[in-house]
Amino acid sequence: MTTNAPPQASRRHLLKGLGAGLMIATWLPGLARPQSGAAAAPAQPSSDPTVFAPNAFIRIAPDDTVTVLIKHIEFGQGPFTGLATLVAEELDADWSQMRAEHAPSDVAAYANLLFGVQGTGGSTAMANSYIQMRKAGAAARAMLVEAAAEAWDVPVEEITVQAGQVRHAPSGKTSGFGALADRAAQQTAPEEPVLKDPSQFVLIGTDRPKLDTVAKTDGSAQFTLDLIRDDMLTVAVRHPPRFGGKPASVDATATLAIPGVVTVHTLSSGVAVYAENTYAAFTGRDALSVTWDDSAAETRSSEELFAAYNQAVARPGLPATVRGDAEGTLAADGVRTLETVYEFPYLAHAPMEPLDAVLARRGDRVDAWLGSQLPTVDQNVIAGNLGLDPAQVLVHTMLAGGSFGRRAQPDSGFAAEAAGALRALGGDATIKLVWSREDDLRGGRYRPLTVHRLRGAIDASGTITAWDQTIATQSILAGSPFDMMIQDGIDSTSVEGARDLPYAIPNFRVTVHNMQAGVPVLWWRSVGHTHTAHATEAFLDELFALVGTDPVAGRRALLGDAHPRHRAVLERVAEIADWGGPVPNGRARGIALHKSFNSYVAEIAEVSEGPDGEPKVHKVWCAIDCGVPVNPNIIRAQIEGGVGYGLGHALYAELTLEDGGTVAQGNFDTYRSLRITEMPAIEVAIVDSREAPTGVGEPGTPPIVPAVANAWRTLTGRSVRRLPFLNNVARNA
Amino acid sequence: MRIAFTLNGQPTTLDADPDMPLLWALRDLLRLTGTKYGCGIAQCGACTVHLDGFAARSCSLPVSAVEGSEVITIEGLSGTIAEAVQTAWREIDVPQCGYCQSGQIMSAVALLHDTPKPTDEDIDFGMHGNICRCATYVRIRQAIHNAAAKLGG
Repeated sequence: MTTNAPPQASRRHLLKGLGAGLMIATWLPGLARPQSGAAAAPAQPSSDPTVFAPNAFIRIAPDDTVTVLIKHIEFGQGPFTGLATLVAEELDADWSQMRAEHAPSDVAAYANLLFGVQGTGGSTAMANSYIQMRKAGAAARAMLVEAAAEAWDVPVEEITVQAGQVRHAPSGKTSGFGALADRAAQQTAPEEPVLKDPSQFVLIGTDRPKLDTVAKTDGSAQFTLDLIRDDMLTVAVRHPPRFGGKPASVDATATLAIPGVVTVHTLSSGVAVYAENTYAAFTGRDALSVTWDDSAAETRSSEELFAAYNQAVARPGLPATVRGDAEGTLAADGVRTLETVYEFPYLAHAPMEPLDAVLARRGDRVDAWLGSQLPTVDQNVIAGNLGLDPAQVLVHTMLAGGSFGRRAQPDSGFAAEAAGALRALGGDATIKLVWSREDDLRGGRYRPLTVHRLRGAIDASGTITAWDQTIATQSILAGSPFDMMIQDGIDSTSVEGARDLPYAIPNFRVTVHNMQAGVPVLWWRSVGHTHTAHATEAFLDELFALVGTDPVAGRRALLGDAHPRHRAVLERVAEIADWGGPVPNGRARGIALHKSFNSYVAEIAEVSEGPDGEPKVHKVWCAIDCGVPVNPNIIRAQIEGGVGYGLGHALYAELTLEDGGTVAQGNFDTYRSLRITEMPAIEVAIVDSREAPTGVGEPGTPPIVPAVANAWRTLTGRSVRRLPFLNNVARNA
Repeated sequence: MRIAFTLNGQPTTLDADPDMPLLWALRDLLRLTGTKYGCGIAQCGACTVHLDGFAARSCSLPVSAVEGSEVITIEGLSGTIAEAVQTAWREIDVPQCGYCQSGQIMSAVALLHDTPKPTDEDIDFGMHGNICRCATYVRIRQAIHNAAAKLGG
């Protein structure tokens, strides 16, 4: 049951069960305005008794519009469209009548079925919703059919539904959904609604533009930063220059003299300036004079950390996977061995919209609007910081200008700062906390700095007989509320993609050192795979190169028959790129294969050396198997974006701790982002699959880095040991 | 300071700190929020508007500098080029998170205004200042070509 049902909730909003695994009852909010639509018609507020709300996910208005409440945040990866497609498919709705908006915070109704809390991540939106949302649509359809049968006094079996029209062919009666809404609401929801066989799908498997596209082309899409309230103060926080630092003393005299600045408060995370507008907040922040207590701060530089991590990987760490005797095989006579170290810098997510939130307190009720990737956690943390019960806090998830993992903080540190800023004012107030780009890039929560050491052995026949991989990285889960997911000291996010390498190598060991650093780290688009895919697939190619094995043939042989889905994408990408065929002069190709988030991806990159000595990636071919391709347009878009995101960081980006622990980069002038001139052409082949759908937001990212590195090594003879590539260009060119 | 200019075709006066960037004046004082903040130092292009017909980065333009000028934001975009660009953006479903797209579209319209039939190199030149962290660049390029074709360029 929901804990935040407001007094005005009507009978229609106390909803009917949909069976095991689905919600039992909830309240459908009337607060959010529709955030997307195939047409501009406003959705009815849910307090309107003419709206048919068959379950927590669907509202059917008298004008026939069907609004789907989306339990996952929309930041470009497509859940508005994807989940609405699942509902529309089973409801037999016409696509033009579909709308989508974010569901409110309500873990009972809207939990991610794989997490147990309301949240988005791990490329799970489609995977966990596939059956749930189809059942929601099928149940609503059944209730509409019952309503029509009752209204027309005809047998249920004679009624059909197609493209939003309910029809009784023998009598010629037809109706839209809206006209049946009142009567449909009186029907009993089926406990186990019958789902279509995939062969009956009309919408699933076909292209269509996203529901939120139109509003994103005319400036009308509302992001958190766009919310303005008359009584609102904009807040900017001066953060400590070192991770773990605290404000020691503050002189706000100059700040308070700036027109528009209202007040200044010291928070646990920094010093907050409250102002009438963003410019005053930012200039007021610049004028603060703060001394910092760095007694608990991380003061080591990236170079010092790399040195410590390199020292760690010289010996094995905690075992993640052990098969056979890698150590013994490497030491045996008659084998060729290769040893390599790969180094990965800290990376920021740098979503286009830096973090922001609007919080409004009225008595003992708080409304929070933010791009919340973990609404349940944000709700609890805000409540805790304000001394409220979670039921007194309602989180309104907003469209967000990107995230790439940044908005899913296990401890909701950003929401805590916003709550702290509201608490410091005391009483009823509305604040908008705005982070600048500098706050974003220097705010931590980075992809962890990581070092991999790999050793391989090849026998006289050219077969890889041993693989020993040692990883030094900082655990993302340690110390977080998800700490209990760490087993035997192994944080799976440190070793995923390495410990489960699909290749048949008889003597195989992956171990990990959990490094301690004062830099807060976080999952970054594709998490551990961001570094394990590069380390494994680049090293594999280096081993192949030692003995002249073709990278495609070599991988195929190591996969054997045990991994047909890996093998299928490998062969598919080789086919569409004409691997082995002619390559333009001055260019080379590299391939990589990697499974992540239960999707299988192989990519080939064609690379040349630009006049500035930088790699120039001309084209990328990709084959993906992500189960049933619900909307191929979105899958292609996510591959394009995932490739661009991985490529830009691999080529150009790092966050560097300088001597003393301050972050060198602060904006896009120094944290270089991929631009249109650097984006390759991309060709995507999607495997036609009947398997349940899996992730597409992240799996495109991991293989691009090793694919480019492998091409670069073929082209130049130079291996990429430390990312980004530019470091290698500078050292080697 | 009192500043008078034309905004989306309407005479507009503002009382603002002359150093306030046009971006924040548009967003916070005039409540036109389609123009976005991304970096504040003219590196990302999310804040792009048209100033007297040219693409300009409003985050680095003091509001006092637009006195007497004509400013167009995404909300006031109109005309055949704008329509062709927005239609092309929708037809091939360019946006992902969408946050940078106001700026992308403002830059694309300015590009097509000056260069009706842009080559890939022209697009590189005209769009290089606009970052898209979702990397929708393949579709941005295609949408500009499609819009140019529709305009008969």
